[in-house]
Amino acid sequence: MTATAEKVHAQPPGAGKVFYALLLRDLMVNRRELPYFLLRTTLQPLLFTLVFGFLLPKMSFVGRAYSAALMPGILAMSLALSSMQSVTLPMVIDFATNALEDRLLAPASIRVVALEKIAMGILQGLAAALFVLPVARLVMGPIDGLTLSHGIEIAAVAVLGAATFSALGLLLGTAISPQQIGLVFSAIIGPMMFFGCVYYPWTGLAAVPVLKYAVLINPMVYVAEGLRGSLTPAMPHMGLAAVLAALVLLTGLFCALGLRSFERRSIA
Amino acid sequence: MGLVNAAVKTTQLRKIYPAPSSKRSPGGKSPAASAGAGAGAKRPGVVALEGLDLEIAEGELFGLLGPNGAGKTTTIGILTTRVRPTSGDAVVAGADVTREAVLVRRRIGVVPQRPNPDRNLNARENLVFHAAYFGIPLRTANARARELLEKLGIADKGDSKVDQLSGGQQQRLMLARALIHQPEILFLDEPTVGLDPHGRLAVWEVLRELHQQGRTIVMSTHNMEEADRLGDRLAIVDHGKLLAVDAPDKLKARAPGGTLIQLSLDGEASAVVQLASALPGVFRAEASNAALHAYSDRGGELIPALIRAAEQSGRTVKDIHLSPPSLETLFISMTGRKLD
Repeated sequence: MTATAEKVHAQPPGAGKVFYALLLRDLMVNRRELPYFLLRTTLQPLLFTLVFGFLLPKMSFVGRAYSAALMPGILAMSLALSSMQSVTLPMVIDFATNALEDRLLAPASIRVVALEKIAMGILQGLAAALFVLPVARLVMGPIDGLTLSHGIEIAAVAVLGAATFSALGLLLGTAISPQQIGLVFSAIIGPMMFFGCVYYPWTGLAAVPVLKYAVLINPMVYVAEGLRGSLTPAMPHMGLAAVLAALVLLTGLFCALGLRSFERRSIA
Repeated sequence: MGLVNAAVKTTQLRKIYPAPSSKRSPGGKSPAASAGAGAGAKRPGVVALEGLDLEIAEGELFGLLGPNGAGKTTTIGILTTRVRPTSGDAVVAGADVTREAVLVRRRIGVVPQRPNPDRNLNARENLVFHAAYFGIPLRTANARARELLEKLGIADKGDSKVDQLSGGQQQRLMLARALIHQPEILFLDEPTVGLDPHGRLAVWEVLRELHQQGRTIVMSTHNMEEADRLGDRLAIVDHGKLLAVDAPDKLKARAPGGTLIQLSLDGEASAVVQLASALPGVFRAEASNAALHAYSDRGGELIPALIRAAEQSGRTVKDIHLSPPSLETLFISMTGRKLD
């Protein structure tokens, strides 16, 4: 540690610079794949919108009020699932093929690589939501009580919700093997969607009290209820303070577990 | 004692991987992870390195020679911060691999055993982005990428997807990637495995040139010719231990004299050792599973006598191989195994 340590090393990048370079890489790769990305993350929400927000009301099976409950839920689903998938899917493949190595050799803490993935997941979640919102509104027609006037609340729920699910995506991406991807979709995403207050407001679950409290372990509930509270404040919804607190807590928890798991997978 | 300017120095380096059963359930499922790790630590585990002491000087082209499973990849993994040592120390380019991993990464370039390019990027982008991770401005990165692609003979593949590159071309791309940030020390883990002779020569030529420029190069290989032709010094490792370290010529001088006659038998060779060693002209005979290694000072003349010895001991000879004294015979005398 004597002679070599004092050598002058050319422009050592800080962690911030490495993070930025990693983000540029992901932005470029994702821009190329934008059509696939949108198809993958928004087709399902839009099909739901078409059936439950357009066809069923048209057939008079559900009332128009249902659209107002459904809209924020669909948005939450697009936001959450695309955040999660855009972290999990590439990571499972990269770990399996060792293709992450050139980034793990970057001169920064391994955590920078993982945190950049979370940041990218947030951006992709927001992009999906921004795409689904106007299209869903177009398909469903006018929605009672829908307002964009609570911009700060909407943004807070959207960013925190995307962060929660990106961090969860990191945890899953480091924990599962390529063979288990299908399992994740059926065993984790399925229940998360159906018991995530996506298709009905949480207050409605008062009809089945056990379920009302059981679903609180599902992070999707907070994203859906948070968007309900900020997009259609006149409709029944969970308190925004509780929603934001839960999302901050869950983000912290998933980040801690995800980063630890990522480090374990990266360094043998 | 010790080199003044050690580029790499390891002290009593040990690595024990968790037992395979505990490795199969990676700690990620959820909070149960910590409990799993605690239980795994108590299991015996797989010993990959058993107290390795190495010292590599600045500017040296150093070869790590050993059969598969000898601990070469683990050694390179630890020195490149990708594997955490169980105990012991390793200092690379003046920085500790565990405590100052970021500093180490800043100063090294790594060529992996199997090409692992970023498949979402084309060949040139692989280089330019890797440079960006090291804070190199785009203009410089582009110029260096062009130069490296040219030098490694894949200039026409710059805009190709990496999947369209052959295995050899991908490996040369990995070499370019390891060089684009101009590291002080270059690590290569069996860089020419899977390359055709032409690709192998191209890689050797680049390594020689880098070596002439004073770059420190640490390379693992199980190719004797590669080790012999390229290395300033070689370390022979097996079962995670250092068996010998010296210049190739000095190592060869240590090889047991005479010709090595290897007989492949249809069963345990130990039964034949006694008769074989008693033959005039055989100064050493050893058994390694179904292989009998006899060192003869009369070349191949002893073959008929050895075959008779085998038959008298109830064995049939299935194959015979002769090797003149070389790194290979030294290696076999030290490890009882062939390299491949």
